[in-house]
Amino acid sequence: MDFFGITPSVLIASLIVASVPILMAAIGELVVERAGVLNLGVEGMMIMGAICGFITAVETGSPVLGFLGGAAGGAALSLIFGFLTQYLLANQVATGLALTLFGLGLSSLIGQSYVGIKPPPTQPVPLGPLADIPFIGRVVFSHDWMVYASLAAVAGVWAFLRYSRAGLILRAVGESHDAAHALGYKVVRIRLLAIVFGGALAGLGGAYVSLVRVPQWTDGITAGAGWIALAIVVFASWRPWRVLLGAWLFGGISVLQLNLQAAGARIPVEYLSMSPYLITILVLVIMSSGRGRAALNAPAALGQNFHASR
Amino acid sequence: MTIADRPELLSVQGITKAYPGVVANSDVSFTIREGEVHALLGENGAGKSTLVKMIFGLVKPDAGQMRLRGADYAPQKPGQARAAGVAMVFQHFSLFEALNVAENVALGMENPPPMRELAARIRAVSEEYGLPLDPGRMVGDLSAGERQRVEIIRCLLQDPKLLIMDEPTSVLTPQEVEILFKTLRQLSAEGTAILYISHKLEEIRNLCDAATILRRGKVVGTADPKATTARELAELMVGTTLTPPERRRADRGEVVLGVSDLTLASPIPFGTELKNVSFTVAKGEILGIAGVAGNGQDELLLALSGELRAPADRVRINGQPVGDLGPEARRRAGLVAAPEERLGHAAVPDMSLVENALLSGAVRKGLTQRGFIDWAGAEAFAAQIVKDFDVRTPGTHVAARALSGGNLQKFVVGRELSQDPSVIVINQPTWGVDAAAAAAIRQAILDRAAAGAAVVVISQDLDELLEISDNFAALNEGRLSRPRPVEGLTIDQIGLMMGGAHGMEVAHHGA
Repeated sequence: MDFFGITPSVLIASLIVASVPILMAAIGELVVERAGVLNLGVEGMMIMGAICGFITAVETGSPVLGFLGGAAGGAALSLIFGFLTQYLLANQVATGLALTLFGLGLSSLIGQSYVGIKPPPTQPVPLGPLADIPFIGRVVFSHDWMVYASLAAVAGVWAFLRYSRAGLILRAVGESHDAAHALGYKVVRIRLLAIVFGGALAGLGGAYVSLVRVPQWTDGITAGAGWIALAIVVFASWRPWRVLLGAWLFGGISVLQLNLQAAGARIPVEYLSMSPYLITILVLVIMSSGRGRAALNAPAALGQNFHASR
Repeated sequence: MTIADRPELLSVQGITKAYPGVVANSDVSFTIREGEVHALLGENGAGKSTLVKMIFGLVKPDAGQMRLRGADYAPQKPGQARAAGVAMVFQHFSLFEALNVAENVALGMENPPPMRELAARIRAVSEEYGLPLDPGRMVGDLSAGERQRVEIIRCLLQDPKLLIMDEPTSVLTPQEVEILFKTLRQLSAEGTAILYISHKLEEIRNLCDAATILRRGKVVGTADPKATTARELAELMVGTTLTPPERRRADRGEVVLGVSDLTLASPIPFGTELKNVSFTVAKGEILGIAGVAGNGQDELLLALSGELRAPADRVRINGQPVGDLGPEARRRAGLVAAPEERLGHAAVPDMSLVENALLSGAVRKGLTQRGFIDWAGAEAFAAQIVKDFDVRTPGTHVAARALSGGNLQKFVVGRELSQDPSVIVINQPTWGVDAAAAAAIRQAILDRAAAGAAVVVISQDLDELLEISDNFAALNEGRLSRPRPVEGLTIDQIGLMMGGAHGMEVAHHGA
């Protein structure tokens, strides 16, 4: 059954793939924000992950090493943010914005000689007969391993925050760093670890763009995916499974928009491309019209710097 | 066996701790025996909190030793202190509002059991000590007294040998204080020593076996609180003799501020909504509003200052409806307000005293003309406040953040009182202020009332309210009790107005 010449199973499958970069970046940023840190540099960390992953994959010929390189690139950039905000107490919003600009510029610089090269391909996981099941096989069992890794990351973060002691401590730090400090937890160290984790996941998301989605290197390849990831975290009111929902919704809209264009639908494309942002704004308005921050479920210490005083 | 025969638990010898520009503790020594309730008495800034933070491992001393049960004791972090049997109930900053009771308890333990088991143990311990608590409830939804129970139970679950309590009663009703004391006495009888920090003398005389008095970081004396009068303790603590504020009766005039049937949702997360609040204040009258923290005090101040709008006729000044007007318009109508939070609400931390004076005084002192600032006038106004209220500062150009809490409080209260207002609303006028400054602020409020202003003082300090107010009311879960004359009120009646014991029960003996 097709609509406008679009096959549902293909649409869903490509939606899942399209949402991987923003899903990875958003779940990483969720952990960062639950620890009380607002890192607006997701876009910069993603594109650093994209170029570092691309270079590693091309030079070694291994896509797996490429993804590791991407994670390392994103994490390295996030360490700059961590150092500035956690030790020098720089303003988190300004530092995050600067990080994005810095990442865009630096990636363009080191990526100059890699324009136009093809990276080694990342193959779907061979699941044998499972992939031949009608519909479900196409939708669920025909992806590369990063798709499954991103879903595992969501489940892992959810379980970590909900069931583990370390997750409880992380949430506590994000709720009130003063109280956490008074109980003897190392606020700065915990936040730094969260920031690096967020950077690594943003880097993985970026590497997925340059190694699988596109797959090649051009300047500004992430094209605002980092900003959508930030919006998804708020949209999801800081809950992991809702991040998955948000990523699919936003990823789905971008896929649908391309398909509709190809099918020659008469809705202007601009409406569809702006819809993820419109939905984010709408959700924010609806959620914050209620009981303020508590209803939004935002971590209470989000964006506040911590300095241990008397 | 008397306390003096019991074995020594903790001895502190010559502890010194200096911060840049201030010596918080200088050569402090004292001893606590097992099962003893030992008071650390001193004013704000006397160094009590720094001292207990060192015992709890949050701060490292510069010099001196501590011994716990004969062994050297130098905790590097709170975890080591907890492992050694030292537990602490904090005054502020140690609960997480968006987490539930069990999660909060788990965060304060070294090796917490799985959540389900922990919940069962919380229930068991809370039963034993008569402090009922539901482990699954969100802490943000609990009353102040219940939150303190969370902290106490968190400590009790670890079988402490020494329990440190930092100003535990500042958030409790008199009935809740009685229940807390019963729990503490039960613990003491079971052999747990308690280090009790307070500046409330009657409590210490009621509860403690020994007292060490600190002033400016030094031990200035020890006393047997049961054999010493409150006045002697106070003079040891303050170092001077205190004169109670002087009251001049003004003739009660017509009603200036009227609030009728005010119901407002709270803009603060986990805040309390105001429910049908009604009262009037006449010319020359001081209305004292008591209540445990978090029962609607902040919301009431916001509603009166104009930061929170209501239907016009709910708030009237001199008969004029002002409920829908903002703070500027209300200032113009004669109402000034001083909120509780000094830095960030009453004053902009990084702005100078002149700028801060201008921000609130511009309307009533005419410090702006056609949108331009009269800097000379603003400076004169700030200098006047500094002089009249004895604000200790190098000058009016310094940032508000640089002033000590007491001095900044004198400045923000003085700034409002100097605007020749007809209505004054103050939340916690002397919070965190030393006794001499507090007396000066109370005297200034009394003087304004004598000059004909209608005054609303919201405070958690009952003694303060009883000292200065003519009429007394209490906020409990956003409802205001009917105002009653202060004369003839008993502490029991006041406690009931404040909401009694919020469902607490006395400890089951020996359970």
